[in-house]
Amino acid sequence: MCQVDEEYNGLLESRSLPGASKKCMKCKEGTAVLIIRAGDAFCRSCFKEYFIHKFRAMLGKNRVIFPGEKVLLAVSGGLASSSMLAQVQEGLSRDAHKKLRFVPGIVYVDEGGASGRSLEERQQAAAQLEHIFQATGFPYYIVPLEEIFTLPSSILEAVSAISDSSASSYKAAVDQFIQNGGEAVDHKGKAQDSSLADAVSQLQTHDRQPFIPPADQTQALARLFASVKTLTAKEDLLQTLRQHLILRVARLRGYSKVMLGESCTRLAIKLLSSISLGRGAALALDTGFADPRFGDVVMVRPMRDYSSKEIAFYNRLFSVPSVFTPGLDTKTSDKASIQRLTESFVTKLQTDFPSTVSTIYRTSEKLQSARSAQTNDADPPSKCLLCLCALDTAVEEASAFNATLQSERLSQGKKASGSGLPAPAPAPAPALGSGSGGQCCSSSSAGGSGEGGCGGGGGGGGGGGGGCCSTPRPPVNSDLKTLLCYSCRLTIKDMATVDTLPSYITAAAEWRKRRVEMRKEISEFLLGEDEDEEQPC
Amino acid sequence: MPVFCSSCDTKRAVLKRPKTGHSLCKECFFGAFEEEVHQTIVSARLFNRGETVGIGASGGKDSTVLAHVMKVLNERYDYGLSLLLLSVDEGITGYRDDSLETVKRNQQQYDLPLKIVSYEELYGWTMDAIVKQVGLKNNCTFCGVFRRQALDRGAMMLKVDKICTGHNADDVAETVLMNVLRGDIARLRRCTAISTASEGDGVIPRCKPLKYAYEKEIVLYAYFKKLDYFSTECIYSPNAYRGHARTFLKDLEAVRPSAIMDVIHSGENLSVREGVRMPTQGTCARCGYISSQALCKACVLLEGLNRGLPRLGIGKHHRLHGKILAEQPLTELEERKLRAVDF
Repeated sequence: MCQVDEEYNGLLESRSLPGASKKCMKCKEGTAVLIIRAGDAFCRSCFKEYFIHKFRAMLGKNRVIFPGEKVLLAVSGGLASSSMLAQVQEGLSRDAHKKLRFVPGIVYVDEGGASGRSLEERQQAAAQLEHIFQATGFPYYIVPLEEIFTLPSSILEAVSAISDSSASSYKAAVDQFIQNGGEAVDHKGKAQDSSLADAVSQLQTHDRQPFIPPADQTQALARLFASVKTLTAKEDLLQTLRQHLILRVARLRGYSKVMLGESCTRLAIKLLSSISLGRGAALALDTGFADPRFGDVVMVRPMRDYSSKEIAFYNRLFSVPSVFTPGLDTKTSDKASIQRLTESFVTKLQTDFPSTVSTIYRTSEKLQSARSAQTNDADPPSKCLLCLCALDTAVEEASAFNATLQSERLSQGKKASGSGLPAPAPAPAPALGSGSGGQCCSSSSAGGSGEGGCGGGGGGGGGGGGGCCSTPRPPVNSDLKTLLCYSCRLTIKDMATVDTLPSYITAAAEWRKRRVEMRKEISEFLLGEDEDEEQPC
Repeated sequence: MPVFCSSCDTKRAVLKRPKTGHSLCKECFFGAFEEEVHQTIVSARLFNRGETVGIGASGGKDSTVLAHVMKVLNERYDYGLSLLLLSVDEGITGYRDDSLETVKRNQQQYDLPLKIVSYEELYGWTMDAIVKQVGLKNNCTFCGVFRRQALDRGAMMLKVDKICTGHNADDVAETVLMNVLRGDIARLRRCTAISTASEGDGVIPRCKPLKYAYEKEIVLYAYFKKLDYFSTECIYSPNAYRGHARTFLKDLEAVRPSAIMDVIHSGENLSVREGVRMPTQGTCARCGYISSQALCKACVLLEGLNRGLPRLGIGKHHRLHGKILAEQPLTELEERKLRAVDF
């Protein structure tokens, strides 16, 4: 793979392995304490400088975080995000002209409920993290994943971006910041409405006292994850829900940026697993420095230049505290899920071909998010209900998406051919879940003879769930699917029932559906497009 | 209790489709497999009535199934194509000579004309001779580059309008993963296209009618149709790095069977940022074949073989293209690093 190796094979003299006495390659004075890449030995102080510089350079290069802006650090307690927290602390402790100029806060999402950990274990982990957070002096929010059951459906509405992040506006903001004598500038669109302040009290983000999630919500969470049949889909769903929750905290508390601690190694793994999950269209958003998919709150990844090895060394050398919390895939086999498989594949390949991670990572920099196919039709939104990325299902006829639908139609024979929606398969291993509503079971037991109108009598389907509306619920599964991107469809497909989903998702789906129907009714009175309607990013 | 076919509901199912998990009887599986290839051909508008189409035939399972299905569909749906088989003889004793026997039997079974072009007649080198000079490392680079051009040259001799190859869904997905691992953004963008662009003059468009067919289903089809194919790995070592991507893909498929299609879907929906430099297509100054450099890869490789400097075409030596064109000798230092590596 390496060109040097190919071209100069035989010309290179084999270098002697660096011994313990080797000097730092940078200052040539200090004794080297670690080797980052082949040949690059650093002493302790040079490594620290190099590490700190990288963080500041990443922020400086991208110019996305404005002076005085409120930035929420998403800290899981893991090595990378803990290291990120330490970098922010370091940056704020510097003298005036070198100081980082944003206002940080911390959010920790306690996901123990998803992986079935006991309340004691969860509280213990939260207490350890709280201890770390308190030492920083930053405001912090410890949020259990159970909070997803209290989210409003508005979290899934696409919000248009409020600020343009051009270089000129960044400069203006810096100038203003300096004029104000370092006082925080009220960033555009920060405190949009005062009603948010009321909502803050509803969302139980706790600044001080330890939090105990209501038992019924913990049970609902356990039911939700039990209804997902594969670990692949569980991990994907967890990631989506976590993102919604962080977004909610950011909005309520007036943060316009969220910093995620994903390292270069992590992002390389994520890129490859995203491809394997069919998320090709969303790769740039999933792995890029800035992720503007939510509009008013932008996710940024300032740790994306560090390898996980560098981070581990830094944390160890400079005693950065971190807390290990087992997740969904802890102690699972290499082939338990696509994400897990990709992780072990990349890690193993990296040991044989040390440029693997950086090559994959560099690929991500050359990509951009796909432009939505329906740019001129903003309502219904052309974004996925769950991941809020542009829908990638309106593709040309000759495509993997349509070929898959075709295969499913052909393998099910005549029954499905009449109706537009693919009917549930009566095969022993049905592709769609059959545990939920009556409409699936009836077709399989009756041999599916008269299943012309799919889901016609679906009034009885569902039943449970947290739905608040009294109208008979149509089969949510197939309805929901049409609102999702390719990859999120795969995740939902792996669920035995969608009734366990938090109500904000089903409510948002119904709201979208009603909008479509409304639009149909009034379509003949609508003139052209509103220019200022939602701009797909 | 017997499992019944999920499609016709009357016959007993004999297989579980790797692609969808449905249980099907033999007839319904044949029907579905053929119909899907037909849909791919129709929806991507791969062929036009009256065209002559060369089927790249190696004697392996993919090309054997391709030849069979193409013949069946051409008759069933009256495409109006005249089909012929096109084979490349790389000159690998104990491998290609045997598989070509299969192709020759296929020619009779399917009653299609067959053309064989050999590396020896086109380049003056057989793979056996190349391996003798190059060794077992990098020899696949020679074979791959030469085969691509050989197929084109054979197609031109036969005045074929289009070439179709037996690349299946697994091959395409594997290539997507490979190109991500190698960071080859230009190929990453191209590799999911079902058909090569046809605007270039003198270039014969190629297409992959089996692009959405799973490898496992191709084997199932060949097995139940009792097709005659040759299944032996090439005697010269297979490409190690591609092997990693292949193993990874097979593992992905085991975790989630739709993963192969999901990877292709991802590849089809990638978009490359503006401003990323892409190679521009030109023509080779020596042979006129498409090339992004002054000389095409085949000519550089051939030059290397003929000068006794086999490493000339391995890695990037664009700087030397001028010298090669002017037929100038290389310096001692340049020659030293291009010689075969002794072990």
